[in-house]
Parts: sequence; structure tokens; C-alpha cells
Amino acid sequence: MKTFAYRPVTEIDEAVALGGTYLAGGTNLVDLMKLGVALPDTLVDINQLPLHDVVRRPDGGLRIGAGVRNSELAAHPVVRRHFPVLSQALLAGASGQLRNMATTGGNLLQRTRCRYFTDVTKACNKRTPGSGCPARTGDHRNLAILGASEHCIATHPSDMAVALVALDAVCQVTGPDGSREIAVSELYRAPGDDPSRDTVLQPGELITAVDVPPLGFPSTYRKARDRASYAFAVGSVAAAVRITDDVVDDVRLAFGAVAHKPWRARVAESALRGGPATRDAFLAAADAELAAAEPLPDNAFKLTLIRNLVAATLEEVSR
Amino acid sequence: MTPTRTASIGTPVARIEGPLKVTGTARYAVEYPVENVAYAWVVQAPIARGHVVSIEPGDDDGLLALLWHGNAPRLESGDDPELQVLQSPRISYRGQVVALAVARTLEAARRAAQSVRMELVEEEHDAELTPDHPGLYTPEKVNPAFPSDTSAGDVDAALAAAAATVDVTYSTPALHNNPMEPHATTAMWVGDDLVLYDSNQGPSAIASQVAKVFSLKRSQIHVIAEHVGGGFGSKGSARPNAILAAMAARVVGTPVRLALPRQALFTMVGHRTPTIQRVRLGASADGKLTAIAHDVVEQTSRLFEFAEQTAVVTRHMYAAPNRRTSHRLARLDMPTPRWMRAPGEAPGMVALEGALDELAVSLGIDPIELRIRNEPDVEPEDGTPFSSRHYVECLRLGASRFGWAGRSLEPRQRREGRWWVGTGMAGATYPSMVMPSTATVRIDPERRVEVTLAAVDIGTGSRTVLHQIAADGMGVPLENVTVRIGDSGLTRASIAGGSSGSASWGWAIDGACRLLREELSRLTGPVPPDGLSATFDTTPDVKSRENSGKHAFGAHFAEVRVDADTGEVRVSRLLGAYAVGRVLNPRTARSQFIGGMTMGMGMALHEESVLDASTGDWVNHDLAEYHVPVHADVESIEAVWIDEEDLSVNPLGVKGIGEIGIVGSPAAIVNAVWHATGVRVRDLPVRLDKLLGSL
Repeated sequence: MKTFAYRPVTEIDEAVALGGTYLAGGTNLVDLMKLGVALPDTLVDINQLPLHDVVRRPDGGLRIGAGVRNSELAAHPVVRRHFPVLSQALLAGASGQLRNMATTGGNLLQRTRCRYFTDVTKACNKRTPGSGCPARTGDHRNLAILGASEHCIATHPSDMAVALVALDAVCQVTGPDGSREIAVSELYRAPGDDPSRDTVLQPGELITAVDVPPLGFPSTYRKARDRASYAFAVGSVAAAVRITDDVVDDVRLAFGAVAHKPWRARVAESALRGGPATRDAFLAAADAELAAAEPLPDNAFKLTLIRNLVAATLEEVSR
Repeated sequence: MTPTRTASIGTPVARIEGPLKVTGTARYAVEYPVENVAYAWVVQAPIARGHVVSIEPGDDDGLLALLWHGNAPRLESGDDPELQVLQSPRISYRGQVVALAVARTLEAARRAAQSVRMELVEEEHDAELTPDHPGLYTPEKVNPAFPSDTSAGDVDAALAAAAATVDVTYSTPALHNNPMEPHATTAMWVGDDLVLYDSNQGPSAIASQVAKVFSLKRSQIHVIAEHVGGGFGSKGSARPNAILAAMAARVVGTPVRLALPRQALFTMVGHRTPTIQRVRLGASADGKLTAIAHDVVEQTSRLFEFAEQTAVVTRHMYAAPNRRTSHRLARLDMPTPRWMRAPGEAPGMVALEGALDELAVSLGIDPIELRIRNEPDVEPEDGTPFSSRHYVECLRLGASRFGWAGRSLEPRQRREGRWWVGTGMAGATYPSMVMPSTATVRIDPERRVEVTLAAVDIGTGSRTVLHQIAADGMGVPLENVTVRIGDSGLTRASIAGGSSGSASWGWAIDGACRLLREELSRLTGPVPPDGLSATFDTTPDVKSRENSGKHAFGAHFAEVRVDADTGEVRVSRLLGAYAVGRVLNPRTARSQFIGGMTMGMGMALHEESVLDASTGDWVNHDLAEYHVPVHADVESIEAVWIDEEDLSVNPLGVKGIGEIGIVGSPAAIVNAVWHATGVRVRDLPVRLDKLLGSL
């Protein structure tokens, strides 16, 4: 492990001024440090920042402090009652122990996953730009089918982020140049020809909170995985739908484990809006979204998986 | 002579060391307090084949030594080439140790290891096992000393004439043992003596191996393994960590700790070979087998021939006049396979019991009934009588407890919400082995009994069971007994492997108790103040024991649900019914059974070392990516057993329970998946993507 400075902070300004790597729950960063993948010079421990509250806003939305632990957020009565998709996504993630440590901000900023990225003895364009991507011809069963590039096919692992993208959530960000808002759906970059950066955050920028606008209609999250708990998604879907007179009035759909980012299925949403709430329509909408997919031999099954999950989740929330 | 009373044996005594373990005070190999200790971290080959030209330090902050073949002390060659660490520039597989960084702190050692500069010459490698690999050859024997091939009658003619046939190929992936405690050693030289606090399955065996490598007398090596956090076969012999730590401690002149990181456990300490198994069955219309053929392709390394006995199980299970088994190996530029819980039986029974299920389907016969119709009277291959065989009783007991009656022969009959539900079963067997051991039992005037032998408890409950054997052997209450194990300085004992611990060590203790009782009965006065002791060596008895025809049996039953949307498989119920001789402690026995069954569930559904052939590496080399079942995967699990008396296996009548739980349980689950969905997956593990397209 490379030697690093450790700086616990109590003020947001102090954190931003230090310009180091932020340490929240550490459930991803510390692993990557041990593996020699992350080599920070300074760890800025932000666990003492006053970012631990979940606040219900007058419009029925939420402001979630970036330091709120995943387990607390999942159990929050307002989240459970009004945003079941978020609670379910959180509880589908990781293990109880990890959820007790992981935070809202840290969960969003975990690195994309790929077995070549975490092994410093192998080539990886994300870790060592220009070294190549062995995953395309190697192990890629759980890698991206949408929005990938020849340089990187890693997938974003967060369940929570898939729900937040479906909920139109927005990050509050503070950095050296002031504060700004970034929609969670715009937080992540496509890999393109520079997969080394996962997000659009600039150096020193800190997510302080996530705002979730009110939803007002039923939502759910389904995650397919290789074992019953403590496993990343093989494919997941966050779905919410409002149906009026058997017609889809409003709909939100996002997919997990298919892309470099939580994938908001806007093509499918457009196809559904104003149309019939039938299984055939749900399947057709999924197909429309997945028309852009570029699967590889060992992950082409994800097309069927996502298609089935879209139909199943929309049927569930439209009942 | 009074016969052994059974006051303690057969009762559910809780683990003697349980409180130590749950309070964190049980010491493991790198937890012993040792002064002035240094830490070591391994540098592993990043290529699958080639050689090392030079290795130089990078970040050397806190570095005490960087050992590589250019500067490492010379070792004597022993019987295991994997222990010849840092002796040659040759790289035989990716992940082979090529250097060892020793530093003042663990972090500095890791950093030094991560930052070394290596000059290597890489050669083309061959890492992938294929059914028609050009390098396939017939090993002289398969483990431990079985013929590679056997044959009787005319299989081809019988298949041609059979009313029903099955010709299927099952494959199982490479699997890794992954004990919770990694392979780890604290090494310390005391003069010319070497003390190793080492995580292993046999202190006596490890001491002998290490002595040979360092050209020392065995009595100069002191291997301490008081508590061991699992092994599953991968700690059955000295592993490179013990040699590396001892070498480093000699070089730097202080004690050295070396705990292998989880990733290194995927290359440096063994794995279960992948297998490709073709099974052909022929049967009459009424389900009598006329032919069984089981032909296996598997791999070994360039360094060492390890020939897993995958088809041997087929030599014992079912009657058929025409039969053959074979094993072919390919030597690949890959790590050496080793023992992993039920080596041979666990993968072999996947194919045999899967094929039998397929035969039952094609004949329209209940799979239990099919097995009963093919129950042999004697060993099918050599005609030896079974010392006891209660397989059919296990099938019936399991069927009754599980609620098998009324099961449909057709698949895809039961749908509950989004789940397809089905049931399956498979047989189980494991040989009843015993290995020479010596134990000393001492009694003092207060009737306190002390037992000593170099056995080891790798988490199974052995220590507790040995207390029970000694208590009954001497006719004293359990609390009068102290058992000292886990130290190679004690009398020589066999390894904790082959499900033979209780039989082997228990026999030695039972024999020593018998001698001591005889001595006590000859005593005219009181027990002398410093006590009386007796030592019993089972070697002659074990050597004269007839080994063939001695097996434990069992039957596994599974109910699974398969998600029609996603193909996810969940096991709703798992039940094992066993005939394993005498059960010494029902509490620890149940743990062994359900542990084996859970590991079998992992083999069926989760475990898989994913090969990247271009690098010769298993790329999912940590416990986030290499899946074993978690608690949520185990919904209902139950083990039952019949009372079986068989004193011919050993004087305690125990057949061994450590491995039979993983034999057959994977096949029961795979067969249940077929029953739920109509999809026959012959390539383990049964992942959702293998089902999804057919639901």
C-alpha cells in the first residue's frame, strides 16, 4: 500500500480546500488501495461532515445527506413508503455489513467494475490509459451491452444509483469553484476514448447531498444476481409507472449492470408514454431501448434478461 | 478387560473451543505474539510461462530483504516441486511465486512487493483444457493409487443392444478451496530449530516435508497449529507459505509472518481441476443397467502430476456387467491442482448421477427406483463384499423425510407465481479411510486424563470428538479429559483429510485407552503420583486392514425454484440422508453434513473459477467475484442418518463424515433444476444465463 496522508475534516470548506481523495465508508476505495489500483496521496476523511440527515421537503421530495449510510436510508420510513424503488435497490446491494458503512455519496462514486481493472498485472484502459482492454475478448459475462466503447466495457455496480436515476435525482456538489447541481443521470461519463474518469466531477468536487423530487406513483426495483445476497447485479431494472384509463401516463425506467453508468431508458419511456399498459407494449418498449445494444458473445443473454425484467416490473407496478 | 462404555460418544457435546473462537481468543497462525517480527508479501509471476531474468526492488521503504532465485538460500529437493520456491528462474504458471518482499510492516511489505521491477522472458502458453487436447495422456495411476483405467465386458456391444441409452458429457469448472483463514505461517528460528505457527491439516506431515527441504532432522521442526480456519484439502501438505516464511526468517534474522492474500490462494495452494466427463449408460427396458462407461478428461500442471480420481466413484456405485472407466490428463501452463473436499467423488458424482437421472427420464422410471434396481450385492468391479452398504435405506429414509412420493416424472409441472418449482435427488458415497496414527493417554491419581497426539482440528469439531472418545475409553466424565493436539512434537498423527480424522486418531486413542486400562487393572496399589500412561500406534492394524468394500453412503434430495423471468435458481430445501457408521457427536456431525451440502450447492450453482485463457489466469480471484453460497441461499437444510454398525471399518465403527455431504448434493440440485424447468444443464455451475433462453 502506498503511503498516504490522512486528514479528517469537520467543515465542507476545509474538505474542499484540501483537494485530496475523499474517504467516506471506504468500502470500495480501501479495497482498491490495497490492490494498488487507487494510489491517493491524501485521504480526506469526510465522515465527520454534517451530511448525515434525510430531510423531507415541503413538496414531498427528499434531501439526502451524502454521508447517510445505505442501511439508514433503506430503512427510512419516508423512503420505504414513498420511494420503494430506492429502498429496495439499497437493500438489494452488497451485504448488511457493507450497507452499514457505505454512504449515499460514496455509493454513487464507486468505481465501475471489471475483473481486469482490479488486477494491476493486467492491461486496462481505465487504470492505465492506452494499455488495452482484454475484457472484450476475455471475461465479459457481466460487462456492458449499452453505451460502451472499444476502450472499455466496464459496468457501474451501484443498485442505488439505478433507482436515483429513475427518480430524476440531482446531486448537490461543492467544489473549489463553488457549488453546482448535477442530475445523477448526468453525473456519469460514457467511456468513449477516455475511460479513466467515471464521472464529470472535477478534482476537489464533493457531493454533499442528493435531492429526490416527489414521485407520486408506484415504483419497484428487481435485481437478478448469481446468488441470493452479496452479489452485484447481472441485470436490474428500476421501474415506476402511472396509468390512467389503461394508458401509460408517466413512466420511469432505468437499467443496472448494462452500461458504464446507470442506464436511463428514455427510448423505452417515449415508446410507452401515451400507449397501452400491456405486456406486449412493455416488451416492445424494452426492445426499442435495447436496439442500440452491442452485446458480446458471453453477455448477449442480458438482452433477454432486461427484456423480461422490464415486462415483469412494469406489470408489477401497473397492477 | 472392560468394554468401552458409551457415556459421552453419541451425545451432542458442544465444541470445546467454541467460546475461544466466538470471543476471538483462539489463536491462528499469524496471531501468535512474537517479538521483533517482520512481515512478508509474495510477488507472483505475471506471465504463465517463461523465465525470470532479474528482479529488483522499487519502493524499498522499510524493506529488509527482497528474495528471488538470484539470492534465495538453496533448498534440498523434496517430493513436491511446488515447495522448491525461488530456486529456479523458470515460470510454470501465472501466479507462481517469483519473489518475496520482507519488511518491517505489513504495509511496507505489500508496497515493496507491488513495486518490484521484473525483467521476464515470456513464452507462448497453453492454459485451456479441451476434450480433445492434443497433449492428453494416461497417467500411471490416479489419486492416491488407483488404476487410471478399468474395463470389464464389452461396453460398446452392450450399448448397441440396450433398450435405452444415455450418452452425455458433463463438465465442471476449476474450483478453489478458499478456507476463511488463508494459508499463513509465522516462522521463527531458535538456534538451529525452526518453529512454524502454520495453518495446516497435518502438523506431523508438514514437519517431515519442511525438514526435508531445509536438510534438518524432523525433530528440529516444531509445527504448531492449535486452531485452523478451514482447509478443505488445500492445507493437507506443506504449502509454499511455510517454506517462504522459514527462508525469510533465516535471511533477515528475525521471526517472519506471511499470510497469503486471498488472490494468491487462487494460484499458490491448489484447486480442484476442471473436468470434462463423458458418461454412457445402457439399460434394459425395466431399468437394469447393462453398461456403464465414465471417461474423464482433466488437467495437471507442468510442475507436478496430480491426477484426480474422478471416475473412481463409478467403480463402486451400481451393478452392470459391462463397464469401463478412464482418466486422461493434459499438462497445462497452469497451477497444480490439489485435493479439494471429496476429490474425485464430488465432480465424478455430478456426471454419474446426472446421467442416471437422464436414464430414468428416458425409461419413465422413478429415479430412486432406478437406483434400487441397480443396487449391487458386492463391489461391482472386483466382487469384494461390502463391509456394510445401506444405500437403499438412505434412499428410502431420505425419500420419506423429504416427501418424495407422488413426484411427477415429467418436468415443468409446478409453477408458483413467477417460480418454476421442481425436485431432484442423487446418491452419495465416500470411502471409509483410515491412516496410521499414534496417541498417548495418561491418567493421574485424580482420574484426570490427558490425551496427546499431533492431530489437528480444522474447524470440524475433531478436538471435541477426541475428548469424547477418551472419556469413554477411560470411563471418566468428559470434564476430566484434556486433549492436546496441533503440535508436531506430539506423537505422529495422520492428516485431517480423507474424512479419516476421527477413525484414524480415534483408533489410536481408543487403543491407548485399552492399553492403559489393562495397565491399571494389573496395578496393585494406587495410581502413582506422576500418573500412568500408554501409547498406541495403529500402524500395524491399519496396514493389515482390508480396505476394499468399505464406504459410507447417502442420498441427497433438493427442491429448487427457478425464476421464470431471470433464470435465477434458489434452493428451497436440501436434505441429506446418510449411513456413515457410528455418529460420535450428532451436533458436530450435522455441521459437517450441512456444511458439505452447502458447499455442494455452491458447486451446483455458484462456484466457478473463470479462466482467462490469454493470460492463463482465473480472473475472479477474490470472494466478491468467486461466489460461494451465502446465508440467504440456504433456506432449509436438513441432515438425517440411520444407525449403522460396522466395526470392521475400525474399532470405533466410524466411517467418516467430512466429505460425503458434497458428494451427490450438486447432482441432486442440477436434477431438480431439470425437473423444475425441463432444461438439462450439463455444464456447471447452473448460472441463470444457461437457463434464461429456455424458460
